Amino acid sequence: MPNKDIKLNRDWKKQDALKALPTRDGFGEGLIEAGKRDGNVYAICADLTESTRVDGFKKAFPDRFVQMGVAEQAMAAIGAGMCLAGKTVFIASYACFSPGRNWEQIRTTGCLQKTNLKIVGAHAGVSVGPDGATHQMLEDIALMRVLPEMTVLVPCDSIEAKKATILAAEIDGPVYIRLAREKSPVYTTEATPLELGKAQIFREGSDVALIGCGPLVYQCLLAAEMLAEEGISACVVNNVSVKPMDEKTIIEVAKKCGAIVTIEEAQAVAGMGSAVCELLAEEYPVPISRMGMQDRFGESGEPDELLEHFKLTAPHIVLVAKKILKKKSIK
Amino acid sequence: MPDIRPILTLSEKKLLSLELQANEIRKDILKMLTEAGSGHSAGPLGMADIFTALYFHILHHDPNKPLWDDRDRLFLSNGHIVPVRYATMAHAGYFDKSELMTLRKLGSHLQGHPEITHLKGLENTSGPLGDGAPQSVGTAYIGKKENKPWHVFCAMSDGELEAGIVWEAAMFAGKYKLHNLTWIIDRNNIQIDGFTEDIMPLEPIKDKFEAFGFEVIEVDGHNIDRFVDACREAQAIWERPVVIIAHTIPGKGVDFMEFDYKWHGAPPGKGPEDTFKKADQLNEALKDLRTLGGKIKSEHE
Ligand SMILES: Cc1ncc(C[n+]2csc(CCOP(=O)(O)OP(=O)(O)O)c2C)c(N)n1
Ligand SMILES: [Mg+2]
Repeated sequence: MPNKDIKLNRDWKKQDALKALPTRDGFGEGLIEAGKRDGNVYAICADLTESTRVDGFKKAFPDRFVQMGVAEQAMAAIGAGMCLAGKTVFIASYACFSPGRNWEQIRTTGCLQKTNLKIVGAHAGVSVGPDGATHQMLEDIALMRVLPEMTVLVPCDSIEAKKATILAAEIDGPVYIRLAREKSPVYTTEATPLELGKAQIFREGSDVALIGCGPLVYQCLLAAEMLAEEGISACVVNNVSVKPMDEKTIIEVAKKCGAIVTIEEAQAVAGMGSAVCELLAEEYPVPISRMGMQDRFGESGEPDELLEHFKLTAPHIVLVAKKILKKKSIK
Repeated sequence: MPDIRPILTLSEKKLLSLELQANEIRKDILKMLTEAGSGHSAGPLGMADIFTALYFHILHHDPNKPLWDDRDRLFLSNGHIVPVRYATMAHAGYFDKSELMTLRKLGSHLQGHPEITHLKGLENTSGPLGDGAPQSVGTAYIGKKENKPWHVFCAMSDGELEAGIVWEAAMFAGKYKLHNLTWIIDRNNIQIDGFTEDIMPLEPIKDKFEAFGFEVIEVDGHNIDRFVDACREAQAIWERPVVIIAHTIPGKGVDFMEFDYKWHGAPPGKGPEDTFKKADQLNEALKDLRTLGGKIKSEHE
């Protein structure tokens, strides 16, 4: 059963009844809200103003919008310079280019200096679709979570993306927000809590825990329903705050379920699932399967087709969950 | 000094055939983009004349041996215009034209942005702007050092000049006087968010490149005759790398796409509807090209 405290949309199960919006839309709304709340909030974009959804902010606060042109490295460093002059600066591009191209600038000018640089990586994951591997960022979670001082947020739908953006503006220090291009079901509500360093249990369960981040968390909920039909009780965790991670909740579900599947639209190596493994290997080892891209790049195709091709949909989660249950009994 | 493999002058007859060929290539670009349902229209149409000239007159290459050691190298730095390269390669015989309709589909050799591990005959994988130009420099550096007979070309865009890495590479090319290197810039004045001079002024481009040690040649990128001459000149320049600034019209050949940055990243059927409804965009565009074909023939008569 879904966790009542989380206040998901009552129709969360009926995909057709839910609105479908890309998480970048929520970011666009959140950025305007952050701009309203704080006159020191600036936004910089590198020739992708509409597709990263910075256009709303640009319209609302034209004198706090800065156009960089195609120059992501300078965007990070110039943004940091504006931070040093007292501003909170969102820099937006596709994740492949920011933080893909400007990692060192983010490391030094954002993290080492601990500035209020907020990096917004849109079009992350294989669901970018036909543009192909060059534009499907899969390594950003790893690149960002390894940095000291960095906060990493991976919102699961557009409402959460809006909240994450407002939250990012309030956090002291650099933040990375990961966004998707494709529409996905909007199933959280304004009342769903979002807190820094907190994972949310979207669904209670005791046999296996499905821990996801980003739009794939919805696939975890669908998978949990399918598993329930087979008498398997799956817990679903929205691990939106990849860093700092909610160690307490992750350890609790590990203790309760004794087996874990993680899923993310990113390399299975070094991402969110790896963070879960690192924690549990030290604190409470249980069998874990990491779903994600298995050490390979994406390719061109339609978004849904690619998610299926790379085995990142609910039926595949069900298969992996059942496999991990077997390992649990061996133990 | 290696033997120079000359680029021949163009006969009137060959010029006519190239112009008609470019027109056919434009038609295929529109059809493949429409079938793909996504991708970029403006850049590929704008560079069709230049790619036709390169593949059908300038480059020393062999479609049957895409990895021939002594081929001229054509790098593509602004990967998003790759439909023009795919279409031209198909016309040149690298693969069957029917494959063009697989563009951007799962399992295709024709990835949305070009990838050398998916298709032979490309020199580099690109899409992230700015990365192709430095690779062309690296290859030219080795070519010069080892006295190779081949020439290195790199097609790139104007928006891309905003990326610092391009200028880092230019500095290197200037330092090593890479005379075997020719950059071709698609100077179409647009990028995604608007006109380049509004987004991030690039001018004076010529002076900038000269300051970096390049010889600069400016041409009308739709005049195949002049473009071939420019390449001949570039080949003859022995002490510096060359950049050809090709002034092009984004969306060239299709009236309702020309000069409009909103067609940067839209295929026919998904573009802005200020002139034609989405459903009519492909047919109207093909109509324009049929008319253009007629004009080309009558001009030569
Ligand atoms: C490093 C990088 N940043 C951003 C992008 C997204 N992008 C793709 S094309 C483009 C516009 C660049 O202008 P130009 O190449 O002149 O476009 P065109 O003339 O073909 O319309 C941008 C910003 C990218 N591909 N690579
Ligand atoms: Mg341009």
